[in-house]
Amino acid sequence: MNPDYQSRLDREKVFRRLFFIPIVLFVLMLIFLGIGLSLDPKLVPSPLIGQTIPTFSSEMLLNPGKKARTADLKGKPFLLNVWASWCAACRQEHSVLLRISEADEILVIGLNYKDQRSNSIRWLENYGNPYKFSFYDLKGKIGMDLGVYGVPETFLVDGDGTIIYKHVGPLDDEIYRDTMLTKVYNLNK
Amino acid sequence: MIAELGNYCLMLAFGFALVQSVMSLAGASYQFGNWIGLGKGAALGHFLFVLLSFLALTFCFVENDFSVLYVASNSNTALPLGYRISAVWGAHEGSLLLWVLILATWTTLFAFLSKDLPVLFSSRSLGVMGIISLGFLLFTLTTSNPFLRQFPPPLDGADLNPLLQDPGLIIHPPVLYVGYVGFSIAFSLAVASLLGPAQNDSWARWARPWTLAAWSFLTLGIALGSWWAYYELGWGGWWFWDPVENASLMPWLIGTALIHSLTATDKVKSFPNWSLLLAITAFGLSLLGTFLVRSGILTSVHAFASDPSRGIFILIFIAVVVGGALTLYAWRGRHFSDENGFEPLSRETLLLTNSVLFVVATATVLLGTLYPLIIDAMGLGKLSVGPPYFNSVVLPIMAPLLLLIGFGQTVSWKRDRLVHLLKRLSYPLLVTLIFTAAAASMLRDNVTLLAVGGLLLSFWVIVTTAYATLLRYRNRNAVTDPRTITFPTAFLGQCLGHIGFAILVIGITMVSLYEESIHTKMAVGDKIFVSDLSFSFVSVKNTSGPNYVGTSGSFLVEKNNHLVTEITAEKRFYKVRGMTMTEAGIAASLFRDLYISLGEQLADDTWSVRINTKPFVRFLWLGALIMAFGGIVALFDPRFKARAIQK
Repeated sequence: MNPDYQSRLDREKVFRRLFFIPIVLFVLMLIFLGIGLSLDPKLVPSPLIGQTIPTFSSEMLLNPGKKARTADLKGKPFLLNVWASWCAACRQEHSVLLRISEADEILVIGLNYKDQRSNSIRWLENYGNPYKFSFYDLKGKIGMDLGVYGVPETFLVDGDGTIIYKHVGPLDDEIYRDTMLTKVYNLNK
Repeated sequence: MIAELGNYCLMLAFGFALVQSVMSLAGASYQFGNWIGLGKGAALGHFLFVLLSFLALTFCFVENDFSVLYVASNSNTALPLGYRISAVWGAHEGSLLLWVLILATWTTLFAFLSKDLPVLFSSRSLGVMGIISLGFLLFTLTTSNPFLRQFPPPLDGADLNPLLQDPGLIIHPPVLYVGYVGFSIAFSLAVASLLGPAQNDSWARWARPWTLAAWSFLTLGIALGSWWAYYELGWGGWWFWDPVENASLMPWLIGTALIHSLTATDKVKSFPNWSLLLAITAFGLSLLGTFLVRSGILTSVHAFASDPSRGIFILIFIAVVVGGALTLYAWRGRHFSDENGFEPLSRETLLLTNSVLFVVATATVLLGTLYPLIIDAMGLGKLSVGPPYFNSVVLPIMAPLLLLIGFGQTVSWKRDRLVHLLKRLSYPLLVTLIFTAAAASMLRDNVTLLAVGGLLLSFWVIVTTAYATLLRYRNRNAVTDPRTITFPTAFLGQCLGHIGFAILVIGITMVSLYEESIHTKMAVGDKIFVSDLSFSFVSVKNTSGPNYVGTSGSFLVEKNNHLVTEITAEKRFYKVRGMTMTEAGIAASLFRDLYISLGEQLADDTWSVRINTKPFVRFLWLGALIMAFGGIVALFDPRFKARAIQK
């Protein structure tokens, strides 16, 4: 065969293959997007997980004169729920928290975050109070220590005061039951 | 009743879109005139019923019909009428309906403005557009129906997201969508071209005006979004490299490459297969943007309420439409090859380099946007990619682009001599250097290398554009064809586009390098100094609107004890949604904006306050506006019409 002809054929072959590059890249991207769909971008691990909860103390929301400290909570696992009356999503998770509190499965502590006291109290009067007590964090200082970046957030803390789990966004029954409660039972064993 | 009618109209529209795609494609392949006519008629019916459906939803909003779930979630009796209407596209379902309406409008416009095109070709294009519509109608009807009822109806609605209660947001999404969706025409023409006999260049000629129109709207839409973010989000930023912004930037970058590449394919029949690929990619990225925004796959300040089933639907749709087009391209694309060669130094080469640079820029933005997702998908952890990445990778790509514009405008088609080109450009270079030196001396001590670089490149573009115009005027008698117009509107549009781009770059350079910002605590009566101005906090008063209460602070701005202006910054609390919004106080002028946002109340009359001076920030939107205007001017070039008939 004519070598010239052969090399032209080869070049033609390479040229043809070039046209498959876009579809190959596209399929690769689709695969990643497909996997990405099953992941939750809101699931941000907190560096505090596995660490002892920072020690802090503040006034209680409902007892302005009285101070609450994290040290008082030693011994029992509890949920620390960051909430505020200005937070719409807190309204959404409120019924879940009320149920948890009524069932008495775990202690629920509130962290009232950057909120006016009168508004918060009215909010609890209107919608019910699931919290044993709430820390009152007007300036967001405790929130800073805990690395809170949005309200609501919920921390699961074990009896030794170690943060086991953190949930960002409104809590729902599924997350509470399937993830948090399992962890609580593991703790109690 | 009206909601059910709207839903019914949407289903009818789906039927019409089905007829449109099947009849147009089958009619074109069997060369059956009746079927082709039927397909075209169905396109009109499809448009009319989508329009009726959209009007029905608008009616539900105007009438405060809270038994419709979508209305109840996004409106309120206290919401003013204007916002009740714009609330139609305030959330996912309604904005999707707007998408569908705009797509149907583009389709109908194409159906009735394409009389000069070969019938089989335009029919195939209409068929492809029908398929895209089918996908989106099905998406709306199955996963995102805005007409769903709820029982019992609430007494009042949950109100429109306060972020969206703003005039900028009434027009931003529609304009952006007109741009996004407009690329569907170039896409459909490219696919129709791949489906038919190899035509090489003619589809490019027909696609040019449609691409220009879509690109202009996209430019305007992005600029509006940036302007809105600037005054409404209260951060004073104008671009955040947010995934949703990137989603609109990527089709814009590819669209810009496409406009330039189509020019070459149309005029000198160069790289037709490259233009085809760009046309497919531009719309593919529009669809990808829709996917990213609506699937909740990435976290973003703009993200719509997300739902994985929606994500899966769009992903499958993208796989079918874009995957189909790219497979077709792999199979048929090589038949669209260059007929005429060109030398290494020619306008073709520079246009191709332009394309490559834009594609590289798009790829880096795409990589940055999807990187967190890819890393997460491979189980390597969670991370986010921020502005530092984008700024450092996009800047080195944009700089050579600006440099090339200067050469590209003056170089000849086919072949040029480097010596001639450099000789031609020596005067513009000199003028550019003089301008840059003058600007640098005005900046005095504050001058930095980046500032000089940015200004030099921008002036270079402006000066060479003016020079190209001058050359064209000087050579007006040299052309043999007496019908040639010295300054066709396509040329004027090109000049406006380039000058607008240069103005945009001046704005970016100046505001990024010379912005001053101070974040401080101020009590009423306090006075502080920022750059050469003094800001006095004079008073605070309470404000209220139909659905909010607020506080506004007044500031007096003085320079050397002369009053410059008074600025009022406001903070609003929207009662129904329980959200606090910052309405920044802005004193705008061409060369400098003064920007004040009121933060939190720290004590009785003490507030945290942020004061910014933003030099040349208006140039950003002015530049974008000029670019968009250039695109529209170019679109009306009579040659597009005349040559379409010729074929």
